Amino acid sequence: MSGRSYRVIGTRPIRHDGADKVTGRALFGADVRLPGMAYGYVLRSPYAHARIRRIDTSRAEKHPGVLAVVTAADLPTGPDRLLDLVEGTLPLSYARANVLARDKALYKGHAVAAVAAVNRHVAEEAAGLIEVEYEPLPAVLDVLEAMRQDAPRVLEDLRMREFGELADKAGNIAEHFRHVLGDVEKGFAEADVIVEREFRTVMVHQGYLEPQSATALWNQDGRLYIWTTTQGAFSAREATAWILDLPVSQVRVTPMEVGGAFGGKIRIYLEPVAALLSRKCGRPVQITMPRRDVFEATGPTPGTFIRVKMGARADGRITAAQVWMAYETGAFPSGQCGFGALCMLAPYDIPNVLIDGYDVVVNKPSTAPYRAPGATQAAFAAESVVDELAERLGMDPIEFRLKNAAREGTRRADGLKYQRIGCVEVLEAMRDHPHYRAPLEGPNRGRGVAMGYWFNIGWYSSCTIAVNPDGTVNLVEGSVDLSGTRTTIAMQAAEVLGLRPEQVHPVVADTDSIGPTAVTGGSRTTYATGWAAWEAAHDVIRQMKQRAALLWEVEPEAVSFECGVFRSGDRSMTFAELAERLEETGGPVIGRGTVNPSSAGGSFAGAIVDVEVDPETGKVTVLRFTSVQDAGTAINPTAVEGQMQGGSVQGIGWALNEEYYWTPEGVMLNSSLLDYREPTALDVPPIETVIVEVPEPAQPFGVRGVGEANIVPPPAAIANAVYRAVGVRLRQLPMKPSALLEALWSKEA
Amino acid sequence: MMKEKLRVQATINEQPVEFLCEPRQSLLECLRDILGLTGAKEGCNDGNCGACAVIMDGRLVNSCLVLGVEAQGRRITTIEGLARGPELHPIQRAFLEQGAVQCGFCTPGLILATKVLLDRYPDPSEPQIRRWLANHLCRCTGYDKIVRAVRQAAAELREVRA
Repeated sequence: MSGRSYRVIGTRPIRHDGADKVTGRALFGADVRLPGMAYGYVLRSPYAHARIRRIDTSRAEKHPGVLAVVTAADLPTGPDRLLDLVEGTLPLSYARANVLARDKALYKGHAVAAVAAVNRHVAEEAAGLIEVEYEPLPAVLDVLEAMRQDAPRVLEDLRMREFGELADKAGNIAEHFRHVLGDVEKGFAEADVIVEREFRTVMVHQGYLEPQSATALWNQDGRLYIWTTTQGAFSAREATAWILDLPVSQVRVTPMEVGGAFGGKIRIYLEPVAALLSRKCGRPVQITMPRRDVFEATGPTPGTFIRVKMGARADGRITAAQVWMAYETGAFPSGQCGFGALCMLAPYDIPNVLIDGYDVVVNKPSTAPYRAPGATQAAFAAESVVDELAERLGMDPIEFRLKNAAREGTRRADGLKYQRIGCVEVLEAMRDHPHYRAPLEGPNRGRGVAMGYWFNIGWYSSCTIAVNPDGTVNLVEGSVDLSGTRTTIAMQAAEVLGLRPEQVHPVVADTDSIGPTAVTGGSRTTYATGWAAWEAAHDVIRQMKQRAALLWEVEPEAVSFECGVFRSGDRSMTFAELAERLEETGGPVIGRGTVNPSSAGGSFAGAIVDVEVDPETGKVTVLRFTSVQDAGTAINPTAVEGQMQGGSVQGIGWALNEEYYWTPEGVMLNSSLLDYREPTALDVPPIETVIVEVPEPAQPFGVRGVGEANIVPPPAAIANAVYRAVGVRLRQLPMKPSALLEALWSKEA
Repeated sequence: MMKEKLRVQATINEQPVEFLCEPRQSLLECLRDILGLTGAKEGCNDGNCGACAVIMDGRLVNSCLVLGVEAQGRRITTIEGLARGPELHPIQRAFLEQGAVQCGFCTPGLILATKVLLDRYPDPSEPQIRRWLANHLCRCTGYDKIVRAVRQAAAELREVRA
């Protein structure tokens, strides 16, 4: 615990948007209804790799009810620059090519043309009348094959970035980076036990329930209005403006409620297309993706090949770790391998480390972040090897991790030296949890543990707070609310202002109504926008002290504020009493807060899981699951638990069920929610949670972002549990029944 | 091609409703695009996510799998019809109090599913709740707090009935 006493922080208020969410009133992307609105439909490539020879839209244009048809020919061609997408960057030319394919279709589902019509059925019919002449090309789908020099080239103009510099190397490798700490050869020479293993994971999807949906109105005055389901109104504004070659100020983005995102709604797909259609037909145009398009044409997260070699002394100290990792980025670079490299060894103090990482383009959808992007795959590999080392040394897996745990001052291979972190505290909470001590009896049952880390980011946020005459405040923020941050941010303002959470009315504003605010991602929102709210609240107090000083005819410095009461000498006024007198003391009070913290405290998470394996079918049942995470300070414990539980279950799905299943030609065979198996309520047990609180040193309340680290440990923890249940170590995801059966059979043989 | 429209009369949220729809339009489309009831959500349009669930003659249906014309003469309850006046329904309140809502996109379907479950089984066991809710995907919560919300709502509704 943080040891500080708060009145609001740490309580569990009802969410500010709660009533709207349970009555059906909350408006998500596809709930936008505008007068005269037309419906769009996107025609997509049936090939994973094909040259586009010719597109003839004339029949579609003549179809009754059709209002406009667009192709890449309607997109501007301008100079290239780099789009910053928070969890990754992308050259503008690639972002544009992903929105509508120009010369080549680079994956099955790549957008080729779009139609706007009076309703969605007519739009879909008309899309079928567009004639596209393709020249199919050989597709490359496997990350290791794509790295070969003789592999089909996905992007002709791609040059490898090597060690941070653009190298004159053509191919499918977008990036090669290396982290070095100490001397791994020396480290391995000191080791008594060395384990080296190879791991494979496949592409998975964020699986949010709400498909992408964007509505655009290109107004007759030249301004472009966008209503969309996005994690960042400002990043969507910038990407849309850049792709369409407009000044950013000419675009207004109104962020709608977001029906799940998990990193998958940072990049934009439909906004520029709907805008082009709107400009052509002079009406607002809405495009909503069918679920198939969500799977085939938005950003899933990379499949990987990872080799990990680790050595340890007999006394349990890890002496060296060497990693070779390659991530498929899909059709365009995405940079997630680098994030995986930062996170995979993060829980440990290892003196000698060498990591080589590669981002590789393949003919699959352009990948996007998914909750702790890149970290889950990497931790699956690293935490499996750590578990095997502990076993070889005859040590308890948590004690082994504690012996090597990272602490304040530990230097990582990427160069970062930790400030205060909660790695040890999370491990101790795991060790001391009743779950870890509980007996687990019965055949084919086993318990596993694993650790995970996400570094979190700070970045810029804006917030204003206006005081109402009744003593409440309106809080306007630029952060899109994915799962309750209206409340966690309002609570931080309420704590400063001495108000109850419900006396702060949070509003998520459009890009015309609030200052720039980076995306809701990187577990930054409660951290950074909460910090901006803290600043805005202090600005309110500062101004109101001046008002009290005016009324009392004292210096502002002589006025104090505590627990919602202004005082000077023996005079006092509550916040509400003073709020009523703002008009007579100079007019309204509006506080503002803007921040751009470079800091952000990372969050460690651990998982304890019990499984039972059915040796007849290979099915793994999760019997019990405990998630432990460092929240810094839990602003709203209900929301923190919700993040931990949600991330854990996504991790369970990733471990056991979920995968993109491809034909050899690169066509996804399971692009429905029936065949892409997300966990249901029946597939998972109750998820127990333990919130550890090791306050982050910089943030006013000590918040650490909690959105992401929780998804990282489950696959490794389950693999380690499966090993203890049936004696086979699975080194591929998902650990589906067929994979487990094959492993059991080859063990018997 | 625009198709000829048919007239449909139904009772939706206790009110008589009349609308015109094409034979190919789903009940979900009719609710959202014709009647403005956007509380039912389209997550998959093939009956696999449960976000579009509504209650039709006492049964839970995925409205994406029902044609608009099949609503003729039926009684339909959507999420917009659950709260009575200024009061939330106990199930809605339980979802908020237990923190069972994160993004809120699956919430309307889950709340209506809970309503049908508790109408039929006032005291369901946890496995029974999980089995019943397995038709509804939720990607945010991991289901834990949803199950707790269903149990809270069940207890409160039993008290009201007793």
